[in-house]
Amino acid sequence: MFGYTFQWKQALARLPQMLDGALVTLQIALLSMALGILLAILLTVFRRSGSRILNAIATAWVEIARNTPALFQIYMAHFGVASFGIHLSPFTSLLIGITFNNAGYLAENFRGALKAIPDTQARAGRSLGMTPLQSFRYVVMPQMLRIAFLPMTNQMVWAILMTSLGVTVGMNTDLYGVTQDLNALTFRTFELFALAAVIFYLMTKTVQFGARLIAARMFRY
Amino acid sequence: MFDTALTAADLVFLAKGAGMTLLVTAIAVVLGTILGILFGVFRYQVGPWWTAPLTFVLDVFRSIPLLIQLVLANAFMGMVLRWQLSGFTVACGVLTMYTAAYCAEIVRGGIEAVPMTTRRAARSLGLSWGQDMVNIVMPLATRVALPSWIGLALGVMKDSALVYVVQVTELLKSTQILITRLQEPLFLLLICGAFYFLISFPLARLGGYLERRWSHD
Repeated sequence: MFGYTFQWKQALARLPQMLDGALVTLQIALLSMALGILLAILLTVFRRSGSRILNAIATAWVEIARNTPALFQIYMAHFGVASFGIHLSPFTSLLIGITFNNAGYLAENFRGALKAIPDTQARAGRSLGMTPLQSFRYVVMPQMLRIAFLPMTNQMVWAILMTSLGVTVGMNTDLYGVTQDLNALTFRTFELFALAAVIFYLMTKTVQFGARLIAARMFRY
Repeated sequence: MFDTALTAADLVFLAKGAGMTLLVTAIAVVLGTILGILFGVFRYQVGPWWTAPLTFVLDVFRSIPLLIQLVLANAFMGMVLRWQLSGFTVACGVLTMYTAAYCAEIVRGGIEAVPMTTRRAARSLGLSWGQDMVNIVMPLATRVALPSWIGLALGVMKDSALVYVVQVTELLKSTQILITRLQEPLFLLLICGAFYFLISFPLARLGGYLERRWSHD
């Protein structure tokens, strides 16, 4: 059919190495998500704090994260900070880049979720004697995370896909990096990257399926 | 920091990269939107069962990193089919499908947001399916879909930074080439980032404005 002989065995023989890479990819995605959620909550608090400086910091963060390419953000975290004499490992740069991006997008999702929570909720907390921060932490935030659960799942998928950009700053232990190194060794470009694509597809589907199970378990009521 | 080796020729080089970014984005968004509308209407009209293969293919485009899509398409065209395609063609093709995959979802959501009763009223007034689609569904669905579509178009512009992998020198790649030569990463990256930001930010704001304005009535 094609004037090309597919060598799937050569690619499949490298599957264990690629699966190790997939683990690193998942590790980066999960770490960046966990940090991203924490930072996004912090940014949300900043934006609600009423302080002009904190609001400006949070807004600048969110707008830059949302309006520049993720690849640019990773470059900044690697080559940009190198201008200040800070030399980060590819892993750290990639993690910082993706976390920055995640936090920006998630903060915007959280803001949308907050709109759906009536002001009376926070005020009810206040009239029970909670401080503003307590009322946010115990009354508003749980509802916010619940409403924003689906966007958070999507962001997790994005985080997995974004790890493939690490190769541009010299990352070679994640799935994409491993695949590229193997490609340099064997030149089975199509077979190797098709296999990587399948692994990525399964990873994103697993995350989406798992999120649905968690949502069904956590949000029953 | 203001003491730079950047020359006018380098700025022209950067501008060419920016032009390439905009060109690839424009082609992908226009073609992808047309395809996405076709796919979206088709999926809505035919129902989930018969369009399952299409749904799966579109889902694949949304579940695999764009970088891998580009490398795979390039390898498939070049090594397997042995077609002599330029990197530009491959980049436009992949980005078009990528846009279409997301656009189909937006279009479907837009169509679903039009109340069935409105459409039945149109049909019982004697409008044909096509007239109903063009005169009733399209204006109402556009209101729902346009803000997300603006977001998608901006997303494609940002993601077009990845087409360097098929040897298309767009803005970020030309910035990187200059960084290699001038060794001023921060300054050059800031120029590059500012360009993306200046295009993306006002349009994102416009999308947010339209969303707020149109959601009230």
